[in-house]
Amino acid sequence: MSDIATTMPADGGPAQPLVFHEAQDHHPENGTLLGFWIYLMSDCLVFACLFAAYGVLGREYAGGPTGKEVLELPTVALNTTLLLLSSITYGFAVLEMQRDRRNPMLVWLIITGLLGAGFLTIELREFAHLISIGAGPQRSAFLSSFFTLVGTHGLHVTCGILWLIVLMIQVLKKGLIPANKRRLMCLSMFWHFLDVVWVGVFSFVYLMGVLP
Amino acid sequence: MLAHPDLAKLIFGRLTLEELPLHVPIVLGTFAVVALGAIVVLGAITYFKLWGYLWHEWFTSIDHKKIGIMYMILGFVMLLRGFADAIMMRAQQAISFGDNMGYLPPEHYDQIFTAHGVIMIFFVAMPMVTGLMNFVMPLQIGARDVAFPFLNNFSFWMTVAGAMLVMASLFIGEFARTGWLAYPPLSDIVSSPDAGVDYYIWALQIAGVGTLLSGINLLVTIVKMRAPGMTLMKMPVFTWTALCTNVLIVAAFPVLTAVLALLAMDRYVGTNFFTTELGGNAMMYVNLIWIWGHPEVYILVLPAFGIFSEVTATFSRKPLFGYTSMVYATVVITVLSYLVWLHHFFTMGSGASVNSFFGITTMIISIPTGAKIFNWLFTMYRGRVEFEVPMLWTVAFMVTFVIGGMTGVLLAVPPADFSLHNSLFLIAHFHNVIIGGVLFGLFAGITYWFPKAFGFRLDPFWGKCAFWFWVVGFYFAFMPLYMLGLMGVTRRLSHFEDPTLQIWFLLAAFGAFLILLGIGCMITQFVVSFRRREALRDVTGDPWNGRTLEWSTSSPPPPYNFAFTPRVHDHDAWWMMKKHHYQRPLSGFLPIHMPLNTGAGIMLAGLSFVFGFAMIWYMWLIAAVSFALLLLVAIAHTFNYHRDYYLSADEVNRVEASRTELLARHV
Amino acid sequence: MKGFRGLLITATGLLAGCQTVLMSPSGDLALQQRNLIITSTVLMLLIIVPVIALTLLFAWHYRASNKKATYDPEWDHSTVLELLIWSAPLLIIIALGAITWVSTHKLDPYRPLDRLAAGRPVPAEAKPLTVNVVALDWKWLFIYPEQGIATVNEMAAPVDRPIRFKITATSVMNSFFIPALAGQIYAMPGMETQLQAVINAPGEFQGFSANYSGNGFSGMHFVFHGVSEAEFAQWVQKARSSGGDLSRDAYVKLAQPSENVPVTYYATVEPGLYRAILTRCVDPESRSCMTRVDLSPHESADASRTMHVNAGSAGMADSPMPQPHSD
Repeated sequence: MSDIATTMPADGGPAQPLVFHEAQDHHPENGTLLGFWIYLMSDCLVFACLFAAYGVLGREYAGGPTGKEVLELPTVALNTTLLLLSSITYGFAVLEMQRDRRNPMLVWLIITGLLGAGFLTIELREFAHLISIGAGPQRSAFLSSFFTLVGTHGLHVTCGILWLIVLMIQVLKKGLIPANKRRLMCLSMFWHFLDVVWVGVFSFVYLMGVLP
Repeated sequence: MLAHPDLAKLIFGRLTLEELPLHVPIVLGTFAVVALGAIVVLGAITYFKLWGYLWHEWFTSIDHKKIGIMYMILGFVMLLRGFADAIMMRAQQAISFGDNMGYLPPEHYDQIFTAHGVIMIFFVAMPMVTGLMNFVMPLQIGARDVAFPFLNNFSFWMTVAGAMLVMASLFIGEFARTGWLAYPPLSDIVSSPDAGVDYYIWALQIAGVGTLLSGINLLVTIVKMRAPGMTLMKMPVFTWTALCTNVLIVAAFPVLTAVLALLAMDRYVGTNFFTTELGGNAMMYVNLIWIWGHPEVYILVLPAFGIFSEVTATFSRKPLFGYTSMVYATVVITVLSYLVWLHHFFTMGSGASVNSFFGITTMIISIPTGAKIFNWLFTMYRGRVEFEVPMLWTVAFMVTFVIGGMTGVLLAVPPADFSLHNSLFLIAHFHNVIIGGVLFGLFAGITYWFPKAFGFRLDPFWGKCAFWFWVVGFYFAFMPLYMLGLMGVTRRLSHFEDPTLQIWFLLAAFGAFLILLGIGCMITQFVVSFRRREALRDVTGDPWNGRTLEWSTSSPPPPYNFAFTPRVHDHDAWWMMKKHHYQRPLSGFLPIHMPLNTGAGIMLAGLSFVFGFAMIWYMWLIAAVSFALLLLVAIAHTFNYHRDYYLSADEVNRVEASRTELLARHV
Repeated sequence: MKGFRGLLITATGLLAGCQTVLMSPSGDLALQQRNLIITSTVLMLLIIVPVIALTLLFAWHYRASNKKATYDPEWDHSTVLELLIWSAPLLIIIALGAITWVSTHKLDPYRPLDRLAAGRPVPAEAKPLTVNVVALDWKWLFIYPEQGIATVNEMAAPVDRPIRFKITATSVMNSFFIPALAGQIYAMPGMETQLQAVINAPGEFQGFSANYSGNGFSGMHFVFHGVSEAEFAQWVQKARSSGGDLSRDAYVKLAQPSENVPVTYYATVEPGLYRAILTRCVDPESRSCMTRVDLSPHESADASRTMHVNAGSAGMADSPMPQPHSD
């Protein structure tokens, strides 16, 4: 502690005495993006648990269908394409946002939302098909973990689309004010995060499940 | 309930009149007492016209200090409930020998020990720890509030909603009879078809949302909102432990959320994650829940370590010995706490190599923990130790905790654990560390920061009474359990055959009775202190001659905490300011940016409660409606852009001037 | 006063402690576990006792009212002391860690015994007694495959003959524990755990479930008889002459939840019953019936010592979770 007395505040000159409070109004940096990023990491852990569950149970067919029998790669490839494209279109929306061009941004957001909705439609059709052939989540531990992992991701996409719609209304009402830009950046992180998770789902569940 | 059975089922789900415990006298009696108490409290609030005050000043408040205090009140109220469970268990085990079956049938006793564990961990220890962090940490880092004030309010009310669900289970239906971690297959729909486990799941899920959000909130607060000059290695130790605890919360609670969601899927949808059929694997549940569960104990104990560090330094009149190694020890514990979970089930049949790996990682945690103990020890060395009540708790902690630590390391030796696992020795061990560590720490912290929160100290006489009853009671209650563990007595038994064991259970019951007196003394202490508040008044804002920033502001602090943001040069920032004869600024105040109160948090939490309750009882219609409303309110809240205001410089001037006057009067 | 009371409790505790079942067991495995408990405790007391003593000493000596004590308000660092306070626990943990590694492998419940007691290796001709243990709601079923008998809530084994328990459960998780004999191990449905142990002294010992399993849990205890070979033969004979038949139907009836079940003997056991219970195929039509290759929760790295060969789960080696495979 004794050496502290000679320590000067970082922005003060060497000859000034110690300053113990800020004379100016002090505004800490906004923490929303950091906070949202931490939330995403915690969400990532939820997915990690679901992946772990799939890792443990993914070969527990219990006499029911195997992944190879029920998963269709072409459909999923289309699905994956839609979602990856939606990430790109969201990227374009953010570029427009940074240029403060509201309407082009909204157009890109609408395209993003439509691509997301397309993804969801295909996924729901896949689920409906599986259930109709008796391969529902109750059939085996494999299917339980499959439906839960993929379904949780789908639920996130649904929330993302809902959020997208709400945010578009807010942008229409309030314009591209800083608060809205911040929200758009959060949703952007969320959307890309879902993309990353989907890449995991696609490789770990579909590719490894179908390919020998 | 309704004439039309289908309609009744649609609205009430599986809830029928039979679910109300009208035939169980103990529960009815409890209900009568609780109902009477509630009527008295609500009546008093109405009579004194306090509803408006409570709503505007407390329930909708986004002030971190008020939210912190509300967390503490929640924790204390739930402590009474959890302790009532403890007394009932001790009484049952003290008399239930041979032909005497005790006064609690197994189905009731099993609910009680489950509720005791759940309540004490999730609704006593967690709210109190969160509450203290909420109250103290922003003050310690020189911030005006937390990063997300609204989320803070929302988190608190979600915790309350979870607690309310547990309390509701007392009178509507029943609570889980599975033990506090609800291992399947016992907790699956086949073995536990009633609503108990669903209460457990929804209470923890709803409260868990609150805990996770508060973890994110406090984490961002520490990272982003420290006063200028406060580098990481200049943070007070309590803030350091809060940082590590919130990292643990953010990294551990999602696992609990996931594993409980999977259990809920098994129960509601019929999936096969943890069932004994179609490939389910219950061992996965045990692994996952302990991947959350072990970090959880460090979530609780790390802030307690922080409290002891502040208290020891303050009352030894010396800086904390080995600040740097204290910080590193905390970080090491944080990391290691993820590598030990398997020690909770060595007896599951993992191989010797796996078991010894986890045994040894567990032991390694005792190295930083031991270093911490030595740090506190050498803080006292060459100090001037003042035995104020917080310091008494600290000394009692140091003696008690090392015993608990020793038995803990013993349990980490797998072959020893094969004999001691699930025995009363284990029960004695974790109460030894949770009471001796977490609870003593919280009590020290409450006594230490109480004057900061309310402007007057707690009465030391009753504080010392509470202290002695608690400490002596603790030893009486749990040392016999170590003994019983060595006699091979296992946990969760509601009846015993061997009469020679009874004397030990009677001793333990006597200990619990002493703790009851200790709790009585605490309540008396609050009442007496309130009545003697003028004599106990803290005018200076620094009643203990403290070292960290929270003591630089008034007691209680103004809504904005600091009229000017402090600039920090050392981890004992306030101590250094005092050494340099720092003078409080008396003029030049600026308008202060403040968040606005909002009722959205309490509304969302209320709807979550309704949703959870409806899901528990299969009231699908109500569940759907409340969920839709939940979404609507949440979305509507995002349309509110008017969330802050500027407190005028005049107002700040007025508050500061009144403090100046107060200080002048008491020189 | 607190100190005195504490002392009193400790003193009586230590005296009584010597006679508790864990501190004076009758089986060699439990005895070695006891010795391990004592060694570890003594090792830790090396540091715990000084810490407690120093805490009380410092707190007393440096009390504010003792003005004679040195007061050094700036002293907060000493490299030598810091090294000491990190290395002292470290050394103890290194010692304890080494003991842990060795003893965990030596006292692994799956490991076939190599001695009956200190200085008495297992004779070459000794054949372990196999007992299949099933935890039911809420009683214990013991199947003796070699003797062809079964018992409920009572078991016997000859003194100084290795016993090999194979343990499973029907509905929920329990823990099989005879404190005088050896440590406990979980009994889990659809899985098999093992315990190798030996009883060294005749007598009646308490056995019970050490993992809460529901309503009848408190009454889920049994007596373990350590007897001579001759008495064991008599006991088997008693079961054969007085017992009924444990057919699948009788087993299904037995498996219904019941509490405080009296001792029951079965003269015969339907062949393959234990295997059927383990694979949950007592009713072969049941949804839960499975035909797994590996039913052991034990790590596959130790597969050579377990009954079932665990092929193709290399990815899960050393994992606490099993990777059961379907046929």
